[in-house]
Amino acid sequence: MTSQHQRYQELSREEQVLQRIEKARARKAKLKEERITLSHGSGGKATQTLIEAVFLEAFANPLLAPLEDGAVLAAHGGRLAFTTDSYVVSPLFFPGGDIGDLAVNGTVNDLAVSGARPLWLSAGFILEEGFPVADLERIVGSMAAAAERAGVQIVTGDTKVVQRGKADGCYVNTAGVGVIERPLELGIATARPGDAVIVSGPIGEHGITVMLARGELDIESEVTSDTAPLNELVERLLDAAPGVRGLRDATRGGVATICNEVARAAGVAVVVEEEAVPVRPDVRGACELLGIDPLYVACEGRLVAVVDGDQVDAAMGALRSHPLGEGAAVIGRVRDDPPGLVLLKTSFGGTRIVDLLVGDPLPRIC
Amino acid sequence: MRFVDEFRDAEKAQALAAQIAALCEPGRQYKFMEVCGGHTHTIYKHGLEDYLPESITLVHGPGCPVCVIPMGRVDDAIFIAQQPDVIMTSFGDMMRVPGSNGAFFDATARGADIRMVYSPLDSLKIAKQNPDKRVVFMAIGFETTAPSSAMTVLRAKAVGIENFSIFCNHVTIIPAIKAILDSPDLRLDGFIGPGHVSTVIGCRPYEFIARDYGKPLVCAGFEPLDLLQSIYMLMLQLQEGRSEVENQYSRVVPWDGNLKALEVINEVMELRPYFEWRGLGFISHSALRVREEYASFDAERQFLVPGVRVADPKACQCGEVLKGVLKPWECKVFGTACTPETPIGTCMVSPEGACAAYYNFGRFTRERVKEATRS
Repeated sequence: MTSQHQRYQELSREEQVLQRIEKARARKAKLKEERITLSHGSGGKATQTLIEAVFLEAFANPLLAPLEDGAVLAAHGGRLAFTTDSYVVSPLFFPGGDIGDLAVNGTVNDLAVSGARPLWLSAGFILEEGFPVADLERIVGSMAAAAERAGVQIVTGDTKVVQRGKADGCYVNTAGVGVIERPLELGIATARPGDAVIVSGPIGEHGITVMLARGELDIESEVTSDTAPLNELVERLLDAAPGVRGLRDATRGGVATICNEVARAAGVAVVVEEEAVPVRPDVRGACELLGIDPLYVACEGRLVAVVDGDQVDAAMGALRSHPLGEGAAVIGRVRDDPPGLVLLKTSFGGTRIVDLLVGDPLPRIC
Repeated sequence: MRFVDEFRDAEKAQALAAQIAALCEPGRQYKFMEVCGGHTHTIYKHGLEDYLPESITLVHGPGCPVCVIPMGRVDDAIFIAQQPDVIMTSFGDMMRVPGSNGAFFDATARGADIRMVYSPLDSLKIAKQNPDKRVVFMAIGFETTAPSSAMTVLRAKAVGIENFSIFCNHVTIIPAIKAILDSPDLRLDGFIGPGHVSTVIGCRPYEFIARDYGKPLVCAGFEPLDLLQSIYMLMLQLQEGRSEVENQYSRVVPWDGNLKALEVINEVMELRPYFEWRGLGFISHSALRVREEYASFDAERQFLVPGVRVADPKACQCGEVLKGVLKPWECKVFGTACTPETPIGTCMVSPEGACAAYYNFGRFTRERVKEATRS
């Protein structure tokens, strides 16, 4: 104790403060709010706190603990991946897709990045009284088409109708099961210094498309959502590069959030090169106008892969050979220090820390 | 991207950095304040401090509009939002600013209808679409955003929208800078002037700073090269023993400002005798209110807000941080009790608040970060 205290006293004041902060950051998450706010659903720090303080606290078990996109279950000598996700996007229809595509692709992708071959999905609908049947048919049509494209079947479902005003038109929940046929142990916690961080294509398209489709911004653009099933792409990647350590699809919270999850889970630093991050010019333009960082904007058809540094070429070759991975790029490297941190080397030539956001990225006024 | 990338050129930055370093006198320390929160954001977003020699320190000033809103005004705004049939509208970065009983986000969770807008005109649109509601715009910001608030009031009057009003919290930059200059524990070598505010007020109002206080000021743009060039211009003034107001942002800032915008502000608003600034206390003639002639568009008159003064939390040292007396990390609660998730002071709320920017981007010593990113 004394020697520890002495060591602490010997640090410079700034270092003392930094240590104090890190201690505070390492403290167990505690939910301070009395009510749920929108921040709790944004995928950033508030969501993480909610998950840790409420859900993990109550459900704690070893299958849930890794907090990957899907749980890996042992069954009859084989392994299954199991996942669920709810979709509440507004507007329901947007350029490049609708809530139906999203609900199927999202769950297919959660299974795919767990290393599984997606097979069966459930579909649950919460419909608001007065919702047009024609819209529902359109959504269900998209789901059927997306399921066919991804090679999965929707095998069970549920419908509930709530009073007008109690929901926003239509919410969809899907759960999915897939089989893990490879002897792989995927997990971002296994990332180690020297690994490469790869994204499978330009980022931020889905988030910006939906933001613009809400029509509040009076910005016109031809950006469309990138919603797509990634199972084929993942198959190809895993065939070519068995040294893939972990995969995530970059949905809520974007690529920045995933890099933070990697850094935190594996106790490593992730150093990202801003220049190397693929962003389409129209997405970048919209982000500049709104004061939002594309690294935090959601994708629905992009994955982030942490790959053994020696297998980068094989991984990139496999990704680029598939239409959904044409724009793949190595955006960064895993290092050992400072652990738990994501650093960005900016195009301008400086460096900064990329932290988790507290809530949704809020547009800045000046 | 055109009009952006040319202002973020790493090679030009290196050249400017070398020129800045050449102007540093050995053994001398330089402290410049960037008044505007937008500049703080640029500095952190691009990692601009990597280009500056150790002897130059940037101090983050009071120019972050949401950072200077006192808790009592947030409480008043939430009071308005909780009245029957009210829709409160606000810029996004106001949503998380804490009052004494939570922020806008917490008020919406309790049932208040508070919506995010991108312009006060959007708020007027909402008023038109909801004739049976009273729509209030939370007007915040310096002279940068005041003209658009004033313009919206004029528009509402012209088209006869009667269910719209603004809750005016607009502040003016000059009295805040003066308060900082008069603060006894301050040692600054010069100012990086707020570019956006200056598009409205011009450069002339800063002349007293150079003349009476002997501090150079350079009005700067918001791209990283703009800032480096401004720092170079400040260093050159110091080296040549000059103290002047210069305009680096001449592609946007006219020396005399935007007369039309000033007229519009003046038509709708007038100076308050005094206004409370978060951390800085009461500053006379430092804020705007709606004129009597436009009383029907003034939420303060329409709703009889409680107007209770709420003292800043004791532990919070936002004032010292805003004046540049303390570095964010020197505050007692920085990073422990006060974090971006649970901000006590406003400096921690907006990403351009000095503390949030430091917490997000600057927590680690520069040497460690540099070592980590070395390829």
